[in-house]
Amino acid sequence: MKKIINDPKNVVDEMVQGLVRSYPEYLERIPETGVVYRHDLKNIQGQVGIVSGGGSGHEPTHAGFVGDGMLSAAVCGEVFTSPTPDQIFEAIKKVDSGAGVFLVIKNYSGDVMNFEMAQDMAEMEDIKVKSIVVDDDIAVENSTYTQGRRGVAGTIFMHKVLGAAAAKGANLDELEQLAQKVLPNIKTIAVALSGATVPEVGKPGFTLGEDEIEYGVGIHGEPGYRREKLQPSKALVEELVGKLNQEFKFEKGDQVAVLVNGMGATPLMEQYIFMNDVLNKLADLGLEVKFTKVGSLMTSLEMAGISLTLFKVSDEIVENLNYATDTIAW
Amino acid sequence: MLDVENVKKWMTKFNEQIQAHHDYLSELDTPIGDGDHGNNMARGMNAVMEAIADKDFTDVPAIFKTIAMSLISKVGGASGPLYGTAFMEMAKVGDGEVSALLPAALAGIKKRGKAETGEKTMVDVWAPIAEKTDFTADDVDKAVEATKDMIATKGRASYVGERSVGHIDPGAMSSGYLLKALLEVEE
Repeated sequence: MKKIINDPKNVVDEMVQGLVRSYPEYLERIPETGVVYRHDLKNIQGQVGIVSGGGSGHEPTHAGFVGDGMLSAAVCGEVFTSPTPDQIFEAIKKVDSGAGVFLVIKNYSGDVMNFEMAQDMAEMEDIKVKSIVVDDDIAVENSTYTQGRRGVAGTIFMHKVLGAAAAKGANLDELEQLAQKVLPNIKTIAVALSGATVPEVGKPGFTLGEDEIEYGVGIHGEPGYRREKLQPSKALVEELVGKLNQEFKFEKGDQVAVLVNGMGATPLMEQYIFMNDVLNKLADLGLEVKFTKVGSLMTSLEMAGISLTLFKVSDEIVENLNYATDTIAW
Repeated sequence: MLDVENVKKWMTKFNEQIQAHHDYLSELDTPIGDGDHGNNMARGMNAVMEAIADKDFTDVPAIFKTIAMSLISKVGGASGPLYGTAFMEMAKVGDGEVSALLPAALAGIKKRGKAETGEKTMVDVWAPIAEKTDFTADDVDKAVEATKDMIATKGRASYVGERSVGHIDPGAMSSGYLLKALLEVEE
């Protein structure tokens, strides 16, 4: 294992510390916790707070999306491990200003349990909380840590759409309706070129041969659906867009937003090449691309690979995607 | 009917069992989970004992709530929220009536874990015991042992599916310690 760290036990604490010290104009930390919240919380008094979080190792997710027009707070758990309910509860209390708090949860058994527990704790103290569980990864049903489908990079679109709506003054019920409406329209699929090493474990979660790739790998290295020899970008796009199209059953003229997401070790150069092929393919299918985003936004430590998220959108949703946002990572 | 002193005694007995068997619990967790159940529970129960030992509590719900918070914040994984929920639901009962406490805890665990009986989880120990008006240590042992032949369909153990057969579920084992510790208090 070759990593720029100190004691593997302290990676999350030291990372959060480094993050808030780098961006004091955006972020503050609740001491002794993995909770990072908007520095300017006083500016959103009366709005519904949006809280997300999960295991660390996916940076800039989630803390990088804390700021104007997106998340009010993020809870950083240990690497690939859900944060505990008491910490999530601290985040809820911090951002509630009377209008309630909306939780964006990725579909992993641990995350769902811990966030729901925090929700119960908040309700016992009369804070109104609602939530959505994002399960956008179409690769496999049920996985190492999941019942159903996994929650991956499409979650960032959920953050963006809800954050914009909250900033525009949507109440808790309206946010819940919006979240449920867009959820089935966000779908993601990935391809991995190499595995990731959790610092405390010290060796990669899985290994691939020099010329081998795996389709459908999860953001914690969960198994995908097929391994084969490395293909040119165009062939990867053919496979991944094909899978997504099987789910969406697109019709000519459908409007989509596209997120090409690097998994950690894949350079932007390759991400742009991949996006170029994706846009060609979507044009072939007769789709109208209304919004694009490229970058390593939901990573899996140093995994090499890419995920592709398609989001079937209406004009109203596009407006939310373009809504003014000021965060470290969007 | 439990009072605050009984609850402290219950937790003391449970803690003794957890600390004595934490290697065994982790061992049970290794083939079918991620091998940390014993250490997680030991850490959590240390926190519980620290939080309740020299403290005065006004009533049983108050001490249950403190226990729940310690477990929630220190155990982690899935066991933290599951045990935390059990004690949180027992706090909501309002008094120390065992015949009401155990069903409340069971209902909480089932809701939190979205689990039913027969799925090789701690529910398989809580369910038969909570249904009885009177239970013995033997009943608990039998319930724990019965998880051996089940196939896991919930939690991390479900990943190994049929390979989980032949192993006692670690959460069932620690739940067994908890329920047997309660018997020692009641006697």
